[in-house]
Amino acid sequence: MNVVNSPTEEIRARIEADSSARVVVTLYWASALFWLTFATLAGLISSIKLHSPDFLNYEWLTFGRIRPVHWDTAIYGFGGLAASGTLLWLQARLCQVKLPFRGPLIIGGILYNLGMVLGVIAVLAGYSTGVETLEFPVWAMTFLVLPFVVIVIANFTMYARKKTQHTYVSQWYLMAVTVWFPVLVLSAEACINFGAVDGVAQAIANWWYGHNVVGLFATPTGIAAAYYLIPKVIGKPIHSYHLSLVGFWTNAIFYNWAGTHHLTGGPLPAWTITVGVVGSMMMFIPVITIGINHHMTMLGSFHLLKTSPTLRFAVMGSMMYTVASFQGSLEALRTHQEVTHFTHYTIGHVHLGMYGFFAPLMFAMMYYAMPRLMRQEWSSARLIRIHFWCTLVGTALYGGAMCFAGVKQGLMMNDPAIPFLKVVEFTIPFLQLRTLAGLILLSGTMAFLINFGRMMARHKLTFADPTLFTSERNWDALLEEEQKV
Amino acid sequence: MGRTLFLALGIFLTIACSVTGLVILPNWQFQGLKPVTKKDGVKYPMPYFGDNHKGRAEYISHGCIYCHSQQVRMKGYGADIRRGWGTRRSVPRDYIYDYPHQLGTMRTGPDLANIGARQPSRDWHSLHLYDPQITSPGSVMPRFYYLFDEVKQGESPRAGAIKVPDGYPNRGSVVAIVPNERGEQLIAYLKWLNQSFPLPEAQQ
Ligand code: HEC
Repeated sequence: MNVVNSPTEEIRARIEADSSARVVVTLYWASALFWLTFATLAGLISSIKLHSPDFLNYEWLTFGRIRPVHWDTAIYGFGGLAASGTLLWLQARLCQVKLPFRGPLIIGGILYNLGMVLGVIAVLAGYSTGVETLEFPVWAMTFLVLPFVVIVIANFTMYARKKTQHTYVSQWYLMAVTVWFPVLVLSAEACINFGAVDGVAQAIANWWYGHNVVGLFATPTGIAAAYYLIPKVIGKPIHSYHLSLVGFWTNAIFYNWAGTHHLTGGPLPAWTITVGVVGSMMMFIPVITIGINHHMTMLGSFHLLKTSPTLRFAVMGSMMYTVASFQGSLEALRTHQEVTHFTHYTIGHVHLGMYGFFAPLMFAMMYYAMPRLMRQEWSSARLIRIHFWCTLVGTALYGGAMCFAGVKQGLMMNDPAIPFLKVVEFTIPFLQLRTLAGLILLSGTMAFLINFGRMMARHKLTFADPTLFTSERNWDALLEEEQKV
Repeated sequence: MGRTLFLALGIFLTIACSVTGLVILPNWQFQGLKPVTKKDGVKYPMPYFGDNHKGRAEYISHGCIYCHSQQVRMKGYGADIRRGWGTRRSVPRDYIYDYPHQLGTMRTGPDLANIGARQPSRDWHSLHLYDPQITSPGSVMPRFYYLFDEVKQGESPRAGAIKVPDGYPNRGSVVAIVPNERGEQLIAYLKWLNQSFPLPEAQQ
């Protein structure tokens, strides 16, 4: 192993790693943003349908089809591609090696997008498998799994070639993702869509998968990003190595078991649910340790939130990780589930996790890495600001409205004296608020898309200084500067 | 290298344990479940067949699961039984022929595990699926109008047609509706959904 010693060599290795990753990572992230926009639109349509059922009421767009398309494009399209890009870029950088297998990775990215398109068409046309989160037919899903073979190999190759002596915390999480995800998808497909299990055992397998695809794929990538970005931007080491070790292994051991709480009260033997509840309770350990580690690192550096876009998104993500995880663990309790299970509360929680924690960390990653990949800065600080505030306000409004409405909805449903249609009537204003939240989130995504698109289109322009919230730079000034050149 | 292997192996073990515990083990536990024979010699549960089998595919294809669950929680946990959604809790045996499972996790609409017992009328289901506002004003369930043929004013009457009530505001020139093939199948499935047989293990 040849070790990089001098700082100049280290910087050169970093620049080499970045330029080798340019095409692949940009492809993955650009497609991730496409699917994010698509998923947000599909979500918005679903949301409108829940208070105005006649909106776009065609067979292909019926609620029961557009709603799974929303989730699948969010988790596989945005989540899968954003996380894969993050994984490849971060691993190359932390190992200080060039990204290997670039050709296959590009083909993989294209195949993945093709699989997404096929899957979406299949579900809209009514060929869903009917299993939540695994709606895409097996033939479409194959296109999503194959690229992962290359991603996994690339990841291990980089790790084997690494020029640094130590392994950074983020790298444990990235390793974990590449081991977990293939096992997860293959076992789930084998059990569910190839029919190895049926009846209620299939339901358990389904929620083992549904919960873990978030917890063993999105969550570790998000945590890896937070572990990398927070210390990097503020220029301080992570609070405690030992805590990160505890956090990593307890997360790895307990998250796996938490999924069955999605079936609390269902027709399953009590032990399966108990396991899920215990797993969820034990999750307090990693959540608290990871939380301490991230927030203690930030202590004393909060003033930097005023200037750094990356940090703002990263800190929002890591704070929401703590909030959403606490909420998730409590939610697993039987008394809590008695009320909130089967209600909009769960939907609120998912969005606090996905859009409050995971997505901002992926945005932070892109805000940090894209200028390094494209060798140019973001053209507008104002657009970043709009993106940030829309993400924060939209998520808060979404989570707040749905969680509040969910509790009330659950209490009303548990009172048999209240007719069902009264419960429906009660939720409608909150569902309308949710549509508003969706619109806000969509506006934020649009702002990001514009900034991202400009960067892709104008690859000649460079700036010496990074775009901070305090910079005055905007598109007009940029054009002026360009004309001067 | 040794440490890397240790890391990868440890990570693999964590998921291997949970696959065993939550996927393989439960499947093994339920594999032996068989139908029980009622006093009259009929078995419960029965495999799906014919129209109700095809109707199940329609239920899946239209994504009813995103608004409806099919599981009754036990007495004293929630109000499922007091709401009349079932007479007893659901148990694993009720689902031995369910593939893929449709337990569901959302109740934007009521639980449907016993809809066949609660609502056996083809006419009611037809009107409700054609436009939920006819039977349940204020509902947010979508209209599944494409599962029906419409009989307009002046057209010759058809066998099995169901009259659309006069008070229905969006009636237009439609006087009656007839479920098309997919509609009949879906209704057959809904009428089939019934867990009222008192299984011994579901007594508590
Ligand atoms: C957008 C959510 C939604 C979807 C999708 C949906 N439903 Fe409903 N469903 C409801 C609501 C709300 C009610 C309660 C009001 C009513 O009776 O319409 C309901 C009621 C019902 C009822 C009457 C239950 C009772 O206890 O009286 C049946 C039967 C039913 N739905 C069947 C279906 C079928 C079959 C599908 C799929 C083809 C479906 N629903 C899709 C929301 C939905």
